[in-house]
Amino acid sequence: MASTIARPPVRRSLEQGAARRAVGRNLTAYGFLCGALICFAFFSWYPMIREIVLSFQQTNFVDPPQWVGLDNFRTVFADPAFRSAWLNTAAFSGLALVVGYVIPFVLAVVLNELRHAKAYLRFVVYLPVMLPPAVGVLLFKWFYDPGAGLFNQILDVFRIPPLAWLDSTSTALISLVIVSTWMNLGTGTLIYLAALQSIPGDLYESAELDGAGLFRRVWHVTVPQTKLILLVMLLLQIVATMQVFIEPYLLTGGGPENATVTVAYLMYQYAFNFGDFGGGGALGLMLMVVLIVFSAFYLRVSRDNEGGR
Amino acid sequence: MTTTLQPQPVLPATTPEPARSKPKKKAKGRGYETRTLVSPLSLRSWHGKLIYWTVLVVVVIGFTLAFVFPLYWMVTGALKSPDELAQIPPSFFPKEYDFGVYAEAWNQLQLGVFLRNTALYAGGAWLFTLAIDVTAAYALSKLRPLFGKLILGLMLATLMIPPMVLLLPTYLVAKDVPIFGFSLLNTPWAIWLPAAANGFFIFLLKRFFDSIPRELLEAAEIDGASPVRILWSIVLPVSRPILGVVSILSVVTVWKDFVWPLLVLPETDKMSISVGIASLSAQMPQNVLIASLVIASLPTILVFFLFQRSIMAGLTAGSLKG
Repeated sequence: MASTIARPPVRRSLEQGAARRAVGRNLTAYGFLCGALICFAFFSWYPMIREIVLSFQQTNFVDPPQWVGLDNFRTVFADPAFRSAWLNTAAFSGLALVVGYVIPFVLAVVLNELRHAKAYLRFVVYLPVMLPPAVGVLLFKWFYDPGAGLFNQILDVFRIPPLAWLDSTSTALISLVIVSTWMNLGTGTLIYLAALQSIPGDLYESAELDGAGLFRRVWHVTVPQTKLILLVMLLLQIVATMQVFIEPYLLTGGGPENATVTVAYLMYQYAFNFGDFGGGGALGLMLMVVLIVFSAFYLRVSRDNEGGR
Repeated sequence: MTTTLQPQPVLPATTPEPARSKPKKKAKGRGYETRTLVSPLSLRSWHGKLIYWTVLVVVVIGFTLAFVFPLYWMVTGALKSPDELAQIPPSFFPKEYDFGVYAEAWNQLQLGVFLRNTALYAGGAWLFTLAIDVTAAYALSKLRPLFGKLILGLMLATLMIPPMVLLLPTYLVAKDVPIFGFSLLNTPWAIWLPAAANGFFIFLLKRFFDSIPRELLEAAEIDGASPVRILWSIVLPVSRPILGVVSILSVVTVWKDFVWPLLVLPETDKMSISVGIASLSAQMPQNVLIASLVIASLPTILVFFLFQRSIMAGLTAGSLKG
């Protein structure tokens, strides 16, 4: 009897202790989290909302902003550069895929077979990635010089007539793709290389015993074994290349004749050259919708990739 | 916020092994090498050897031409006089080595100021990133507060939004911070604070902290250690590998960034090295500009030389080996 009376207070004090510890733990945790919460709130979460608001408002930063409905979208739709910007962005991404997606994979497959100079090759292929992008782009601007630029000199060695590179509507965009590919090739190559190293050797062994030649081994063993990482890199590269800004900004300023205007560059121009943040916001929102589709797909795939292993 | 176009190492890295494990010595000799596409047997015939060495030589020369030669051309181009630069055909070696152009670039472009600014931005961003993201990841991983999952989800959701599309609204925040109402433009804070809001770093760190055995922390807790003490004396020392990866990534990202500093640091005296050179490039003689490009690329190349292993680990120690 006495014991049943004595028990509750003990339990209550235990519960109180546990509750107090839980409160304390939560307080400490939020103390630790507050810096990150503030940074994320101001520089990630709020801008997402602001981006949507921005595209439906007209503001000059002096008077209170006005809701203008779809006016900003109408403005940018009516701009002749709008169509060029989307076409160029799509073309840039497409060309960057053709050049920049297959080459790293091929390089990685070849590198994986070599037994010598591996460290050197790995180092060298990643070197351009380490350059600040502005340096790489300005360096290529000099190489593209139609007069004494390196590229025309090389063409001259092979008796090929010089190209106008950045100054011609037909070659400007591909010139941007070349710079961008040169600067980013190393990332893909090294990621594929790491993926290739995890392919079990017996698969090649048995494929060879079954009489599969070199290319059939690549196609039926290497590619399926790296399928997920290939898909991940594909989506990643689309998202990265569709945000292209620094190349047109530093190399061509969108010219000649809008041949290299991209969506991100047009967005920048609207905001900082025309002072129209509403129009820029509208462009940004459109780009965001397109890219989120790819990003969401990417996150899904990369999570499957992780869970599957 | 980072606004580089270079694909970030978004491959979710697998938790690197906790510290203290020394790199194992590579097993050398025949039979230890893993089998790859081409069988070792076919490489032993003279025919196979010939093909192998041809491919090797072609690859080495090709890589050198594609990735090293442009840099050689840059370094030597800076040494050439403007006349020699315009000469057709170009000279392979500079006629005379005039290193004065580097001094000229340094003085004319105030590269010293730009480099110091960039070091300040990158260093501060590094400190803020570590202080803010490590504590946050630790709280989310080990203290597990109320709504912790929701907060983590919201932080990871930011990875889905490419930085470029939030450029304008984030700029507007920096220009006129809501609630507080002051401008961060032309102050280092405009670089430091957005740099710390990095969902990828939180993800990397939290994943690593998750792998630290609970018993280790509980033992310390029973001994009466406070959460701060546990973080400082137990979690941080075992997390050295991931801290290294995050440190280098954060410094290099800020150092290479172009668009964001272009917007938020418009004053010439506040510019980062990339933005400074780009904005003054039009007024420079060609050789001075090239010399400044060389100087601007030295720090990152040097970092790459020194921390190659960590950089590549951050890139490739991904979920690939799982």
